[in-house]
Amino acid sequence: MSGHSNYVPKSAVGRWFERRLPIMGLIHSSFVVFPNPRNLNYYWTFGGILAFMLVSQILTGVVLAMHYAANVDLAFNSVEQIMRDVNYGWMLRYLHANGASMFFVAVYVHIGRGLYYGSYKEPREVLWILGVIIFLLMMATAFMGYVLPWGQMSFWGATVITNLFSALPGVGETIVTYLWGGYSVGNSTLNRFFSLHYLLPFMIFGVVALHVWALHVPGSNNPAGIEKKTDKDTLPFHPYFTIKDAFALVCFVIFFSWFTFYIPNYLGHADNYIEANPAVTPAHIVPEWYFLPFYAILRAVPDKLLGVLAMFGSIAILVFLPWLDTSKVRSGAYRPAFRVFYWMFIANAIVLGWLGAKPPEGLYVIASRLCTAYYFAYFIVILPLLGKIERTLPVPASIAEAVLGPSGSGSAMAAGAASSPNSQG
Amino acid sequence: MKRFKVIAAAILVSGFMGGAVLADGGHDAPLPPKNDWTFAGPFGTFDKTQLQRGFKVYREVCSSCHSMGLVSFRNLAQPGGPGFTEGQVKALAASYKVKDGPNDAGEMFERDGRPADRWPSPFPNKQAAAAANGGAIPPDFSVIAKARSYSRGFPLFLVDMFTQYQEHGVDYITALLLGYSDDTHGVEVPAGKYYNTYYPGNVIAMPKPLNDGQVEYPKGADGRPQAPETVAQYSKDVSAFLMWAAEPKLEQRKETGFRVILFLIVLAGLFYFTKNKIWSRVEGHH
Repeated sequence: MSGHSNYVPKSAVGRWFERRLPIMGLIHSSFVVFPNPRNLNYYWTFGGILAFMLVSQILTGVVLAMHYAANVDLAFNSVEQIMRDVNYGWMLRYLHANGASMFFVAVYVHIGRGLYYGSYKEPREVLWILGVIIFLLMMATAFMGYVLPWGQMSFWGATVITNLFSALPGVGETIVTYLWGGYSVGNSTLNRFFSLHYLLPFMIFGVVALHVWALHVPGSNNPAGIEKKTDKDTLPFHPYFTIKDAFALVCFVIFFSWFTFYIPNYLGHADNYIEANPAVTPAHIVPEWYFLPFYAILRAVPDKLLGVLAMFGSIAILVFLPWLDTSKVRSGAYRPAFRVFYWMFIANAIVLGWLGAKPPEGLYVIASRLCTAYYFAYFIVILPLLGKIERTLPVPASIAEAVLGPSGSGSAMAAGAASSPNSQG
Repeated sequence: MKRFKVIAAAILVSGFMGGAVLADGGHDAPLPPKNDWTFAGPFGTFDKTQLQRGFKVYREVCSSCHSMGLVSFRNLAQPGGPGFTEGQVKALAASYKVKDGPNDAGEMFERDGRPADRWPSPFPNKQAAAAANGGAIPPDFSVIAKARSYSRGFPLFLVDMFTQYQEHGVDYITALLLGYSDDTHGVEVPAGKYYNTYYPGNVIAMPKPLNDGQVEYPKGADGRPQAPETVAQYSKDVSAFLMWAAEPKLEQRKETGFRVILFLIVLAGLFYFTKNKIWSRVEGHH
């Protein structure tokens, strides 16, 4: 998007239109000839997968919304009506519910890629921050979407999470009352959550457009973490990356379909098939799996307000990552010490997720606190220090050299990730 | 080494995703035994005769207390279900009286049921249901097979992702129906309640609903019932029926899934070979 594209349409109609609204040129320069590093591995396909999942959720969601009733007396039954009477309603519902989980699988891989390869570093800081904004919008959307079926977990999850805002000193109680539209989670809450759940994905769409725009200024990062120097370092997006992304997308959709068609309720909670009952509290209130690490962090801190701040802080800290990581070397492929702490971070996040599903008793509390401490230490202590004291491996002179080796040994790497330094000479 | 890490991370992530299943707790109650179900697995289908038997058990025993308000009479005739004919469904519906109205005179009236009507509730409202059952409302049966579960524990909950185990609910329900016992194992059971091995907390408000020989099954060609008229058989049959009531589109879902995934595998293969062909022109790519 920097400057005009030099695309000239083949047809006269095309040229007429292009002069008035140069959208074909925009698509051509952004997604046809756009130069992408030739050494990208499959972790780079998840951006495209995420775009697909956003469209999938919007399409299934819009059709579901034609049949859903956002009223406490009707919601649960309207969802069951979709499952039973609407043609392929069962498929729409299961695609949408499992699609949300798939969306988060993809976003966590996408973020993990960014964390490992230093994709947040200069000059991609704004790109990264836009990503954090998208992540926050996704979490809000998913949270509100889960309330809509008005099952036991919908209601009680909404009660627990909205009550958190009351921890804010002074204004907390008022904020919660306005959030609820009443004095407890009720019909007003459900109605406004439906409205916002419909709205937010389109805001996500807008921020995604900014995210892709911000990406196209410097172009993609790559596993070697070095910027492109010559045209030998890159390949045009089409056909090399369109076809690679298409292959990765189909594999991902197979994974998605496995859940949707064969184990559609695996990732859900049985209690959400019980209609919401404000008088009966479930034995264990748990959010969906993708919120579990943050739920663990929330419960790890004994103070209510500090727990809330820690939970939001665990996402807000990502915004500062470009400045917290002091390393001059971008990619984890050339940072052996960093790699150890990175994989510990990933394992730690998974353990936090497991702890989020456990009752907050005994050993689980101690473990949650240790894991929360490591989570924050990674960003606030480890990354800033590591950049100053680590010994990094020599970075290749160019992407082309990373792929071909200085002796042109032709050791291929387009499919594999360069986490070990054995692909350069 | 890299590949190992990717696989290890994938296992950990799938473990993490499966972790939500662990949330149930299910502290003191033992795990329900796993049964064989005809509708389990990727090619599972309902056994129509089993569904019909289960429906008979529901109708004769359970429906006196448990509503099934999301199921209509006509669902009993739709494909993927018990396989009653339109005529049978019409006759069945007509055997029930349904409140309707107001008519032009402004009065509510009773009429014979129609196939489009929902299964009539045994009680006019929740309060009547609770009053008739010692304060406990018998749960509606429409989605109960999906509303009940138990914690499978590690590593079974990971294995379940691959074996497609989705029958937690029916295994639990079957175990519950068979779980009544005179021996309370030291648990205090208040008057008006009953001991059940599989119910969380072991004290359930529902008395043992099934006894041997209670429901007469249709006879086979040899004059004997087509399935044993035992509590174990009743429990399995009614659970299978409840699974259908909760997931009437199960057969269509699994069938469609097979076609979709097969198509996608072929498509993935085509994309894979095309991708390799295109990338083979790139220097340094294998």
